[in-house]
Amino acid sequence: MESFSAIMAEALGLILSGDPDVIEIIVLSLRVTLSAVAVACLIGFPLGATVGAFRFPLRAGVIVVMNTMMGLPPVVVGLLVYLMLSAAGPLGVLGLLYSPTAMVIAQTILVTPIVAALSRQVIEDLYNEYSEQFTSLGVGPLDRVLALLWDARYSLLTVALAGFGRAVAEVGAVIIVGGNINHVTRVMTTTIALETSKGNLQLALALGMILLTIAVIVNGLLMAIRGTAARAAYV
Amino acid sequence: MFRRSFLGFAAAGLLALGLAGPAAAQEDFIVVQSTTSTQNSGLFDHILPIFTDKTGIEVRVVAVGTGQAIKNAANGDGDVLFVHAKPAEEKFVADGQGVSRSDVMYNDFVIVGPPADPAGVAGMSDAVAALTMIAETEAPFASRGDDSGTHKAELGLWAEAGVDVGAASGGWYRETGSGMGATLNTGTGMGAYIMTDRATWISFGNKGDYQIAIEGDEKMFNQYGIILVNPEKHPNVKADLGQQFVDWVLSDEGQEAIASYKVDGQQLFFPNAQ
Repeated sequence: MESFSAIMAEALGLILSGDPDVIEIIVLSLRVTLSAVAVACLIGFPLGATVGAFRFPLRAGVIVVMNTMMGLPPVVVGLLVYLMLSAAGPLGVLGLLYSPTAMVIAQTILVTPIVAALSRQVIEDLYNEYSEQFTSLGVGPLDRVLALLWDARYSLLTVALAGFGRAVAEVGAVIIVGGNINHVTRVMTTTIALETSKGNLQLALALGMILLTIAVIVNGLLMAIRGTAARAAYV
Repeated sequence: MFRRSFLGFAAAGLLALGLAGPAAAQEDFIVVQSTTSTQNSGLFDHILPIFTDKTGIEVRVVAVGTGQAIKNAANGDGDVLFVHAKPAEEKFVADGQGVSRSDVMYNDFVIVGPPADPAGVAGMSDAVAALTMIAETEAPFASRGDDSGTHKAELGLWAEAGVDVGAASGGWYRETGSGMGATLNTGTGMGAYIMTDRATWISFGNKGDYQIAIEGDEKMFNQYGIILVNPEKHPNVKADLGQQFVDWVLSDEGQEAIASYKVDGQQLFFPNAQ
């Protein structure tokens, strides 16, 4: 087994060499994951805010379902999406199987419950603080939701990051619906799985290091945005 | 105000989506359902560029176990099936899922084992006798257990040896339920004997101190076949492009491309199209 420093050196070498295959894989990983997180936020934020800011029958049941779905097993989601998109499945005519779009769909299904459930909690806490003010000002339902979402935006950024973490690290769903096809649907995690199965453990681990580094950069960038925006708000 | 801010948020999200953009689609491509041994050994990386340069057809390979590849193809999720389990392939064609089956190439299975050789089978060439000894000494044996071509061949040998591996499963007989590479990683870690195709073994990067223990039995012959998925059953199959690929693989040029692929100076696959 190679030493840890040798693995780090290989990871660094992989990036510095600018190997077009590695770059392509990194870019596709980010494209798929960020698309999935963006769609999940567009669905999950309003959904979470609505459940968090209003009281309605069976609300507790909805929350239990949302929280449970945070634990959806990626392999199961992958299989469900495969069965839907397969040529023999109901959406087979779209021809989406083994495409990056199929991977985005699978990851969106995985990430949306996380975004919705966590933002529900964030919004509900904020709502408890704001509810009397809303009532006294006579704020309508839509403006309530939008105001809560806006004021909770920094917390929601962390929620989005939780979704990003889930999606970028996930392999079970994308390998089934994407097929790990070279130059088409091969992403970081499926490459790591492939290299591990070839017995190239050092290369696999080096790719893992790159994946972690990318996650650190994305988190750092968002934190920087958050910090800048928060300072600007007090000027 | 809230609305405007929120719309800004949503617009940013949509922008991110727009940047993601649609998949760069190339029209002329086919999907080949194939096995891990052909992919992990690097064979496809060697022969596919030759075909694509010649025809302009991109070949997208989904590499899974033979059992799963056949099921995927039976769902119509592939234009060509390129696997190694002749009886299952013939059934696939007999069921009307495939047009016809042709032999492409062969290599052989080997059984690799730890240098300590707990069952004392190193150097044997009679696979059935060797497996009987492994069962008698209850030396650990790691099986794919995933309905792959290699797994089917291995079960055939156990049946011939008269060993009920189902009863031993969880004891000395360990089913990993994984691909060839994962099973080699696991098996070498637990000091077990493992049956693998020679191509995967030669190109495997984590051999440790393992060596081939049993080889050379004609029962361990490993035949690969190619089948065009039946377009009458699955209208989405690109029959024309798929047939071009099948014809090329079976042509002199395709067969030479297969024969010329070597790892560490060893030829991994031996073309034998009729």
